Amino acid sequence: MSEDSHPFERFLRDGMMPHIWCEGCGNGIILNCFVRALKDIEIDVNKVVVVSGIGCIGRLSGYTNTDSYHTTHGRAIAFATGAKLANPELKTVVISGDGDLFAIGGNHFIHAARRNVDIQVICANNFNYGMTGGQYGPTTPLKAWTTTTPYGNIEHPFNLVHLAAASGAVYVARWTTLHVRRLTESIKKVLQKEGFSFIEVITPCPEIYGRRNKMATGIEMMNWFKTAAEIRNASDPAEAEISPEKIVVGEFIDAEKPTYDHLLREMMKQVQERIRGEK
Amino acid sequence: MTQERTVLTGKHFMQGDIACAEGAIAAGCRFFAGYPITPATEIAERMARRLPEVDGVYVQMEDELGSMAAVIGASYAGVKSMTATSGPGFSLMQENIGLAVMTETPCVVVNIMRGGPSTGQPTKPGQQDVMQARWGSHGDYEIIALAPSSVQEMFDLTIEAFNLSEIYRVPVFVLADEIVGHMWERVTIPSENAIKRVNRKRPRTLPEKYVPFLPDRDLVPPMASFGEGYRFYATGLTHDETGHPRTDTAKAQQELVQRLCDKIRKNREKIVRVSANMLEDAEVMVVAYGTTSRSAMSAVREAREKGFKAGLLRLITLWPFPDKEIAELAKRVRAIVVPEMNCGQIVREVERAAKETSVIFMPKLGEEPHRPVEILDAIQRGSYK
Amino acid sequence: MPLRLWRKPLDSEKIKIPEGEVHVLKDRCKGCGFCIEFCPKEVLEQSEEFNIKGVHPPQVKEETVCILCSFCEAVCPDFAIFSVKKDCKGGC
Ligand SMILES: Cc1ncc(C[n+]2csc(CCOP(=O)(O)OP(=O)(O)O)c2C)c(N)n1
Ligand code: SF4
Ligand SMILES: [Mg+2]
Repeated sequence: MSEDSHPFERFLRDGMMPHIWCEGCGNGIILNCFVRALKDIEIDVNKVVVVSGIGCIGRLSGYTNTDSYHTTHGRAIAFATGAKLANPELKTVVISGDGDLFAIGGNHFIHAARRNVDIQVICANNFNYGMTGGQYGPTTPLKAWTTTTPYGNIEHPFNLVHLAAASGAVYVARWTTLHVRRLTESIKKVLQKEGFSFIEVITPCPEIYGRRNKMATGIEMMNWFKTAAEIRNASDPAEAEISPEKIVVGEFIDAEKPTYDHLLREMMKQVQERIRGEK
Repeated sequence: MTQERTVLTGKHFMQGDIACAEGAIAAGCRFFAGYPITPATEIAERMARRLPEVDGVYVQMEDELGSMAAVIGASYAGVKSMTATSGPGFSLMQENIGLAVMTETPCVVVNIMRGGPSTGQPTKPGQQDVMQARWGSHGDYEIIALAPSSVQEMFDLTIEAFNLSEIYRVPVFVLADEIVGHMWERVTIPSENAIKRVNRKRPRTLPEKYVPFLPDRDLVPPMASFGEGYRFYATGLTHDETGHPRTDTAKAQQELVQRLCDKIRKNREKIVRVSANMLEDAEVMVVAYGTTSRSAMSAVREAREKGFKAGLLRLITLWPFPDKEIAELAKRVRAIVVPEMNCGQIVREVERAAKETSVIFMPKLGEEPHRPVEILDAIQRGSYK
Repeated sequence: MPLRLWRKPLDSEKIKIPEGEVHVLKDRCKGCGFCIEFCPKEVLEQSEEFNIKGVHPPQVKEETVCILCSFCEAVCPDFAIFSVKKDCKGGC
């Protein structure tokens, strides 16, 4: 290996670095783990499609040297559903934000999970809308400060892993950006899994969220993850709390269920056989 | 797939919505994503039954926002794709119609128009979405919309819509009113070989050399599909020809948006279609589209019998608007009559094109289309202008 | 500028240490400090110099032991640091 080139360079799109993310932002770590996973499992990268919605993390699809598409806000999963169903050979990975996937795009998430469409979803949860300057969203903790909760947040947040599990996802995990090894392992697993898979990645947004919540740097936020994270594999995602004291992480669900894609192709085959029989 | 299942060659007694679905399948459409809505549901139902037979995918999405996004995804995966809806769903689709325009996605959107605004009159006809079709998504763009007026045209123009969308890499609308959608008529479906199908231009370079949004001389860039090794990036952000976002320069915005408009504007002669009837010596011209043009045709015939020199210009293409064609004819007639099932939409375009020539507008809302006698009355009034 | 940087990171620095070698692509560093803070062996520290972004990139502290866990490589959001097995051709 050349000494002056990064080992992942060929997995990153030419001419797109440096990325737009702030100093101390965890999105780059998610990108890093994702391309490492691509490299490690030696997947046919030509079949991988990375789809993202709008937001800071939404820019990720532009950085991977794969086919990639940057949709409108919230529609990444619906777009990926169309691409995957149209060409079953594709590996469609959605990487998007907590606001994108669970506020404006929440309906697509629960329905894709219910159908068990074979797409893999990675959510960068930074507890707020980073791109628009730090408003509260569906994952902002109660009482947290954001630009639109100047008196503290009075809304209850979603527990994303519980939501994913209840909606029917066949793989559900949560890690933080400090859990780089485990996160990479999870990504490798879902890249090789069939069915609607979900990985929540808790990620620092020091610039916009941390600053208003007594964690002004990426290091402070990562140290929160370090002290609060508790690995509880195979535990009930309903109990997977996120609080100042505790962040329950782990692989909660890894199950098998016929995928929509499989049932669809089976049905199509039967219909076509019946027609041939009629002739 | 067996030929007779792909194209139902022969004579049929068919509903407009069903003919539209059959036209799509004959055009090569193999992906449909939609959400049920009156009066377009029959298209979805037909597609749900027919697509699996021809190795195509039908998926019922959770809403029209998702349907439109899925259609774009499927098109980028290399499959001709469509959706069908009516007013309320068409409103929800506007978001990703803009995305399809921006990322130059071939696809077809059928709108079987009912009465609006909002939930309006689900089972009654309207022509109230023709301006929304032109301007519904934010930002500047040009679009193509076709207006069938018979069941036969539901079949023919749906094929045409696919071909135009593939040629220009733009969403194409089939704007039919509820009457055309629900009407039953005789349809002749040609043989498989007689159907003209156009496919999108493919890259002529190696993947390493592929510049995804670099246009040819017709202003349309060749299109690769996902999974072929081209590894390209497409975004709804303003981008340059490499597809990379360029949100901070005026140049990128000017070049891209201007080209998106120009690829339709500069090719308008190849796109625009009208049908001129008895216009050679006409003194009064009726301009109409969809169901309304059928009443107009009867009215023109009756007027001729009564000795009035009337003619009909039936608009097949609504967008880009046939303004040149209207402007030419307007110079030769005394008056133009425009009946529409709305409070005045296409009439504004006609007025713009007609300049000095007087325009008599006949609005219609509610249950019924215009009766020929109403249009006849307007023709008579126009004759004395 | 970014393109040139990305393709020819001439500022890549190679520092020899017992087990692993840590390479820093200095001008890519945005200065988040994750590699320094979370290296289990405390191999790294902030340098005095400024890179083109005006931040202090990390450097290797003297006589520390890199165990080649590659944590710095994995936790770097900017692809500015990586580690490789020490090249012992010249004798270790
Ligand atoms: C339809 C629409 N509404 C609002 C916006 C503005 N907007 C851009 S990004 C964003 C929030 C993104 O939040 P999230 O998905 O959490 O991503 P993050 O920026 O935090 O990574 C919003 C509201 C938009 N682009 N489109
Ligand atoms: S605003 Fe937050 S999420 Fe966005 S790039 Fe900056 S740190 Fe990252
Ligand atoms: Mg967010």
